[in-house]
Amino acid sequence: MTLKIACKWLACAAVVGGLMGATATPSLAATLKMAWAQDATGLDPHKQTAFSSIRLLELIYEPLVRLDGDLKVVPALAKEWTFSSDAKTLTFKLDPAAKFHNGAAVTSADVKASFTRILDQATGAAARANYVSIARIDTPDDKTVVFNLSQPDVPLLTAMGSINAAIVPASEITGGKIGTAAVGTGPFKLEKWEPNQKEVLKANPEWAGGKVGVDGIDISVLPDENAILAALRAKQVDFALLNDPLVATLVPKVAGLTLNRKPVLSYHVLQLNPSRKPMTELAVRQAISCAIDRQDVLDTALLGEGQITGPLTMPLYRSDPNSLFCYKKDLEKAKKLMADAGFKDGFSATVIAATGEPPTAASEAQVIQSQLKEIGIKLDIKLMELNVYVDTWLKGDFDMAVALNGGRADPYTMYNRYWTKAGNLQKVANYVDDTLDDLMQKGRVETDITKRKEIFAAFDKHLAEKSPWIWLYTGYSYTAQQQTVQNFVATPDGSLFGLSKVSIK
Amino acid sequence: MNYLLRRLVTFPLVMLGVSILVFVAIRLVPGDSITAMLGTEAGLLTPDQRQALAAYFGLDQGWLVQYGKWLSGVTSGNLGLSVTYGKPVLDVILQRFPLTLELAVLSMLIAICCGLPLGVFAATRNGRGSDLGVRIFAMIGQSTPSFVIGLGIIYVLSAGFGILPSMGEYIPFAQDPLGNLSQLILPALTLGLSFTASVTRISRSAMLDVLSDDYVRTARSKGVSKRHVIWRHALPNALIPVVTLSGVEFGYLLGGAVLVEQIFALPGLGRMTLEAILQRDYALVQGAVLFVALNFMIVNLLVDLAYVMLDPRIRLGGRS
Repeated sequence: MTLKIACKWLACAAVVGGLMGATATPSLAATLKMAWAQDATGLDPHKQTAFSSIRLLELIYEPLVRLDGDLKVVPALAKEWTFSSDAKTLTFKLDPAAKFHNGAAVTSADVKASFTRILDQATGAAARANYVSIARIDTPDDKTVVFNLSQPDVPLLTAMGSINAAIVPASEITGGKIGTAAVGTGPFKLEKWEPNQKEVLKANPEWAGGKVGVDGIDISVLPDENAILAALRAKQVDFALLNDPLVATLVPKVAGLTLNRKPVLSYHVLQLNPSRKPMTELAVRQAISCAIDRQDVLDTALLGEGQITGPLTMPLYRSDPNSLFCYKKDLEKAKKLMADAGFKDGFSATVIAATGEPPTAASEAQVIQSQLKEIGIKLDIKLMELNVYVDTWLKGDFDMAVALNGGRADPYTMYNRYWTKAGNLQKVANYVDDTLDDLMQKGRVETDITKRKEIFAAFDKHLAEKSPWIWLYTGYSYTAQQQTVQNFVATPDGSLFGLSKVSIK
Repeated sequence: MNYLLRRLVTFPLVMLGVSILVFVAIRLVPGDSITAMLGTEAGLLTPDQRQALAAYFGLDQGWLVQYGKWLSGVTSGNLGLSVTYGKPVLDVILQRFPLTLELAVLSMLIAICCGLPLGVFAATRNGRGSDLGVRIFAMIGQSTPSFVIGLGIIYVLSAGFGILPSMGEYIPFAQDPLGNLSQLILPALTLGLSFTASVTRISRSAMLDVLSDDYVRTARSKGVSKRHVIWRHALPNALIPVVTLSGVEFGYLLGGAVLVEQIFALPGLGRMTLEAILQRDYALVQGAVLFVALNFMIVNLLVDLAYVMLDPRIRLGGRS
């Protein structure tokens, strides 16, 4: 009997010991252990537009140029480039050292094949809209590519910095392997991808961009961000991408962890539908703009983790919000505007919001609901699953929508979809304005940066005054890391490309 | 035997009904694979681009044609191709199933091993303080959501002790038994707690019923020890409702415990199905639901067969 009890205790001790041993393993030295909550949804860089996919693919693939931490265009696969004075010809010289992961050199034929694929309607590349001005691609030699444009298109260069314009091997396109095998030129090679579980990346020793700081990256998909924080605490993870500001703000309270915060280009906005009564009335839209206390929404829903913004969110073009129409809450003015429009007693409307996207959407809707109540607007909040929301949003089937829309480094690329008469998402914006359309076209062809700034400043001001949407604020991108992780540089587009230079002490 | 055959014959009919329901339900939800992949950027597609993507995802044909094609594939063992994983649906499901099955078995073991003795203990001390304590435990266990328990465990372990079970990738038992147990014991405890509470409550009330029966009193009056009466005479007769409950709970668990899998980042069937729904991976959703339905029917059948073993008076098939 005693022997039996002793055996039982020994077995228990073995299990507990094993448990502790298996759970307390510290992070490795040369492989970066990383976690994120949302995994990539595919490997085709020309088709993937989801934030989570882009973050993975920009470690594997490279475009001709990329944007640095200040959103300046810097070399990637192209060493240099020139725009003709009429902005109708763009010539790139490729980096002679650039090689694909399969060892083949990157040639102008690969660049031509990649853009031909993007422009082919059968590919279904959503970013195609940014490159439609490309009329012909010439390849005078192996390392030179000339893009001949159908019209002047200054924003094209910045748009080419997107991973949606990644260069893939012509042979992989011909073989129909894009999306199934990931053969890029980037700092990491994809060794293993188990969707919604993990990715294993190995450093590319032949990367033309220089030496990669770690041997590889093991990425775990931990869908709950509280679990990511716990994994950071337990040192199971060296580096993590966080979306939820409520979780991110807890990181600095944990000893040994560092939070990286970077203002991003994407913006939180209350989209009005100016094709629906009474938002058809300028005075009503302006009244809503005046009634909303943006700082209050930011402080309450996002714990103050952001900056009030006008329509343009990129540092080069961003204006002082205080110079824009009614950015300071003015309830008297709002009530007067409502009365002028014949809605002294207010009206009822529905606002849609996606559950969890952004994580603060429901709180934002609630704060806005309480603020608009003050001028008699009774808002009914309709929370939707993301896909249902997207479907409704694309149809423009809403009175108002709480949204987090993606930003771009160039104002034209960012807004031509909404505020030009031929914009693909004009149906979502539901607002046609000759002045906005005219300013957009001027900005597209203007090569002088000072004049471009003036054009887009006028655009910014006009848009805020006409208030088809109520721009609120921009947030931050968050990454958390152990103090042993060094040299990570965050960028306003949320890119994780900075991981190529990260090292572990 | 007749009963078993009759039950087996109903399987394909139930599966057909389930397949129609899930096929229609997932397509009635707004959004499709294209909006799931591209989000709001899907609005930038030209009609030709959208058409090309619809053909790629198999959305360019009518529902009846889609269903007919899928059903003919299912009858030959082909559940289709998952657009998320780029693999056959059956392969993806079978890759996820071992974890779900192991988690369900562990949770059930915890529930039976703890819940049954607790229920019997409480029943034999009906109305006393210890009975009240067990009932309070059962009430708390049943009413606390699993995500609260899971997050609580994770917080205490990581903040208090700096340790955490391995998360993200499943470690099979055959590959690393200790690693596997360390990964699954906490999620199993999380799930097992509410399961234990249910088993405790149902076994307590069943035991109370049985303990008031005449044959129990007779056995006691004949001098049989209390312990013997409880464990050998009363308990077997009180097990029927416990088996029913356990069968139903086990069937549910075989469909995956979404919240617990989400919190502990376990790649089980539940999380896979949730992600497939969010990404509108129609083939995977349909395949997963069909697989879960089949499991549920098998478990129910086994529960029915277990009744006969527990109580020979029960005759399955209508006549007794």
